[in-house]
Amino acid sequence: MIQSTEFDIDTEKGNFRFDTDYAFDAGVGLNADVVRYISNVKEEKEWILDFRLKALETFLKKPLPTHWATEDLKNINFDVIRYYLAKGQKPSRSWDDVPDDVKNTFERLGIPEQERKFLAGVEAQFDSEAAYSNMKEGLEKEGVIFVGPTEGLRDHPEIFKKWFGKVIPTSDNKFSALNSAVFSGGSFIYIPPGVKLKQPLQAYFRINAENFGQFERTLIIADEGSEVTYMEGCTAPKFETSTLHSAVVELVALKGSKVQYITVQNWSNNVYNLVTKRAMAEEEAEVRWIDCNIGSRLTMKYPGVILRGRKARGEVLSIALSNSGQHQDTGAKMVHAADETTSNIIAKSISIGTGRSSYRGLVRMPKHLKNCKNNTECDALLINSESQTDTYPAITVQGEGNSVQHEATVSKVSADQIFYMQQRGLSEGEAMSLCVNGFVNDLIREFPMEYSVELKRLIDMEMEGSVG
Amino acid sequence: MNSLQIKNLSANIADKQILKELCLEIPQGEVHAIMGPNGSGKSTLSKVLAGHPDYEVTNGEVLMDGVKILGQDADEIARSGLFLAFQYPVEVAGVSIANFIRAALQARLPDGESIKAVDYYKDLYAHMDDLGMDRKFTSRSLNDGFSGGEKKRCEFLQMSMLKPHYCILDETDSGLDIDALRIVSAGVNRMRSDDRGFMVITHYQRLLEYIEPDVVHVMWDGKIVHSGDKSLALELEAKGYDWIKEEFAA
Repeated sequence: MIQSTEFDIDTEKGNFRFDTDYAFDAGVGLNADVVRYISNVKEEKEWILDFRLKALETFLKKPLPTHWATEDLKNINFDVIRYYLAKGQKPSRSWDDVPDDVKNTFERLGIPEQERKFLAGVEAQFDSEAAYSNMKEGLEKEGVIFVGPTEGLRDHPEIFKKWFGKVIPTSDNKFSALNSAVFSGGSFIYIPPGVKLKQPLQAYFRINAENFGQFERTLIIADEGSEVTYMEGCTAPKFETSTLHSAVVELVALKGSKVQYITVQNWSNNVYNLVTKRAMAEEEAEVRWIDCNIGSRLTMKYPGVILRGRKARGEVLSIALSNSGQHQDTGAKMVHAADETTSNIIAKSISIGTGRSSYRGLVRMPKHLKNCKNNTECDALLINSESQTDTYPAITVQGEGNSVQHEATVSKVSADQIFYMQQRGLSEGEAMSLCVNGFVNDLIREFPMEYSVELKRLIDMEMEGSVG
Repeated sequence: MNSLQIKNLSANIADKQILKELCLEIPQGEVHAIMGPNGSGKSTLSKVLAGHPDYEVTNGEVLMDGVKILGQDADEIARSGLFLAFQYPVEVAGVSIANFIRAALQARLPDGESIKAVDYYKDLYAHMDDLGMDRKFTSRSLNDGFSGGEKKRCEFLQMSMLKPHYCILDETDSGLDIDALRIVSAGVNRMRSDDRGFMVITHYQRLLEYIEPDVVHVMWDGKIVHSGDKSLALELEAKGYDWIKEEFAA
């Protein structure tokens, strides 16, 4: 078991910054020239530039989704954001070759140490580009590809071009269009048929610059019968002004494959985290999203699975923790598109102080399908009287032999519980931490050990900081 | 001499005065029973001593071994050695008994020290055996779905593990059948020692057949109105509380 002290990701640990010089800077604001600049720096093919420019048009045309989402989106000023910042180095395969300022950042976050301990491969992204990218020896020989999108589209077009932008079309939403216009960094992964990775691949996303937008793009293709676990972590220092993180993540799980995607989002509380994540699951494939949202000012994220093949299985396990000044607007989408497909959604949210947690779910089972099943559980825990939670489940089930089970609970930590636990000698903060850990315990047990330990510690720290 | 000393204690809840200049001293090594009719303020007394934030102390002082405890947070008072066995133990879903007691013990250690798991479980199981509790109990959520008897046993398991200097038992006999009462009382009797004081709050004399008190106090309208030896409990049982009212309610 990994001792919690060996992990170094927490809200305060991420709050530091070393000065950095950038060789490439697309300037402030967004227009076609900025998009051309990014594409040019990356020496991209013509079709990619076209893809980006079309996406920019779509982005500019689409309104903010404030008719259903929070008005806080209007506070994002797209004109003051910098869309591309890079030091102009290729991702190194050795930490020794990573520039000191960047290396120090990742060392302080504990990434090289985790890599040695339990990871099959790591990519560490600093602002717009990866500074480091490496895999354990042997995986390359087995045909595993773990690169950034620039390298993926350039060096392996026959693999990645087919699925790029297909699971999540550019026009899916305003932010997927934004990402498609200015994407940089992220992971392109291919796991050949039958290859089962025993250790996870990890990406770590670090925002270092103020007034900056990070737009990484990830595409994971698990070929038939393969298995992969991918984990991502993220932090940024606390800036005076807001920062934007808007990623697009597409997963393709081919016949009989298993993909597990784990996120521990711990952005500082001025980051708008607006991410589109979706998977396609073919016959008998399994996709599981484990999604933990702790930081950020506003997170909007609804990982989904399109269950395209017979007996495909999709799962979303999510934990959201909203402290004062935060809004976690999260949920899940399950689109059943074949017979005998099953999906499971378990979402737990904790609201502290004036924090707000929203759950939005979408489950669709069309009329012609048979023997599909969905189970949805969403539970909310309110810590203080001013804490908020709201739930918007949208379940469309047609046809016979399909079944859906939906349960939702809201509970509150009571003053009686806190007094009882304090009478045994626990401080108010410790008592609340225990209640919160108790609330998420059964879900955390499903997580890989390294992440459950880390998550419990993060929750404890949030609780300690929230009690006056 | 070490004692829990209550001097002229007055306390309100929501502007209603419940405790009225109450005086009482429980020396270590002694068991004091507090008896009285419903509404006399017995449970309020236990909560005020434990530092419940809903009560406002308007007068008086409470000294635990000479140290003032009023105004301290409930957890500080608890760590100083005061334990309250609740009349209605609170349910906390998802928190196992084993983890809860461990966290409570951990909270008493200085920074940087931690409980050794092996020793802890050995100790826990020994105490559970004494209370006739199944090992499976440790992984159940605290009081969640417990029967009345199970809840009370769980209270005494915590009490025996935390080794307090002063134990307040609030209506421990309510919800217990006779077998459970015997087991729990035996547990309390095992804990009786020269360096520990007990305040046993009860409405009925029955419990005092099993936990024999050194002193019996009668509480009425927010104060102690009469004290005596254990025969007082029998007298109350026989005569009821009406004579107390007539004699002291003036």
